[in-house]
Amino acid sequence: MRTFLLALAFAASCLPASAEEVVLGLSSDTVSINTNFDGSEILIFGAVKRDAPIPSEPRLQVIVTVAGPSETKTIRRKEKRFGIWVNTDAVEIDSAPSFYAISTSTLLGLSLSQTEDVRHRISIPRAIRSIDAPAGITDSEAFTDALIRIKSKSNQYQLNEGKVSVDEETLFRTSIALPAALTEGDYQTRIFLTRGGAVVAQYETSIYVRKVGMERWLFTLSRERAFLYGLLSLAIAIAAGWGASAVFGLFRR
Amino acid sequence: MQIYLPIAEVSVNAFLLLGLGGIVGILSGMFGVGGGFLMTPLLFFIGIPPAVAVATEANQIVASSFSGVLAHFKRKTVDLRMGTVLLIGGLFGAALGVMVFNYLKAQGQVDLLVKLCYVVFLGVIGALMFIESLNAIRNVKKGKAPKRKKHNWIHGLPLKMRFRVSGLYISVIPPLIVGVLVGVLAAIMGVGGGFIMVPAMIYLLGMPTKVVVGTSLFQIIFVTAFTTMLHATTNYTVDIVLAVLLLIGGVVGAQIGARIGVRMKAEQLRILLALMVLIVCGKLALELLLQPSELYSIAAGGH
Repeated sequence: MRTFLLALAFAASCLPASAEEVVLGLSSDTVSINTNFDGSEILIFGAVKRDAPIPSEPRLQVIVTVAGPSETKTIRRKEKRFGIWVNTDAVEIDSAPSFYAISTSTLLGLSLSQTEDVRHRISIPRAIRSIDAPAGITDSEAFTDALIRIKSKSNQYQLNEGKVSVDEETLFRTSIALPAALTEGDYQTRIFLTRGGAVVAQYETSIYVRKVGMERWLFTLSRERAFLYGLLSLAIAIAAGWGASAVFGLFRR
Repeated sequence: MQIYLPIAEVSVNAFLLLGLGGIVGILSGMFGVGGGFLMTPLLFFIGIPPAVAVATEANQIVASSFSGVLAHFKRKTVDLRMGTVLLIGGLFGAALGVMVFNYLKAQGQVDLLVKLCYVVFLGVIGALMFIESLNAIRNVKKGKAPKRKKHNWIHGLPLKMRFRVSGLYISVIPPLIVGVLVGVLAAIMGVGGGFIMVPAMIYLLGMPTKVVVGTSLFQIIFVTAFTTMLHATTNYTVDIVLAVLLLIGGVVGAQIGARIGVRMKAEQLRILLALMVLIVCGKLALELLLQPSELYSIAAGGH
């Protein structure tokens, strides 16, 4: 897993020439989901390339984010009505990443200012886009908070503060644990260098999460030849039912 | 051993699924119920998305019912003629039920209705069966002969047919109506309908308990096969890997269950089924009455 596949690549940066740039490496730019996939760990490492000497103050901080494909979600809330708990209010979340991990070299509040967070959508609440709540719901934030709370419990949203190690303000590395329940897609990976809360450099790449082998074949079959797939499921069921009956029949004789 | 499920997109423990399949399979073979009403909540609990759990469960029931029905065929405890009549009513009812379901979905609150349906039906059926079988057991102890084949209005209806295996000579209208009603409920509640069918056959049609189990399984195979195809082609939610794991346990369990069932007395079988139905009912009722630990839930897609 940890074969250092991707060679160091350079960022086409829109920043002034004298600024700092990110040079990045990934332990692997593809995650293959096979039958015994049980989560994976991605090592993200890199260096800061600069023409000028290291500025003395403020200190360099590194933020790494990995975001899975976005999905539309509906969050429902239960309330007690006539003595039983029923779903009452619902808020639609326009776009929420299926997976989101953010790792920082220090506390997130110290390495990123509010304005920069709004601009680059870095922190978990900012990565979730929600339209206006329907009329009558005044506390739509409670719904977003609930989404973050539920997703954090299953490790699908992670805030790892202080988990990026930075050496000599030049080399940085971190590892991100991908949970077993992983959706297929391109995982957008971003690295931000900040000084005093302001983003001074940014780099973007993708990690490709793909089903392979039997997983790939079954998934494709279920979408493209749904009728055949359904018949195949039934055939397996009937064969297994008959097989068990035959085997037990032999035991009795 | 962890296995990644291609459609559900989660990783699960294979042995856990084998075990769950086995336990539900035993119940299926013993009582003639598909076991969907037990398995589906269990699958939710281990993190399978609800849509995938419901669809895949239908596929697994095909396997365990088929395994169970073969065991019953060997003992000649399947009334094919009665099964066919019930099935015709059942498929018609299922189509009707899907229409009712879609109408309710458009009105919102379909989850609540399904749960209330479950609680009311399970509660009533379970309680009635429990009282009846308790009385039957008492009568046996006192040495009274059980009252059988009561002559009531059902026997006055036209279109009479002989059901040799069940030892009945009744009109086809009551089994057809039972089939339709169970079909409607099964489609709305997303289950095979065995737990409603079995008591209906015993108490409404007066069939012997031993024949009921095999006949119910026979009927369930077709209803769940139909449901599986429907889910596979419209929602793409049948997970074949999950189904295989569940059905390996399920078919073995169904064979064992059918053998246990044959050795038990009819009223013991009925009282156990009644208890199981009441337990599931109680659990669902508590879910509605107690405050859930997480008030919010996430559903895929927009409104």
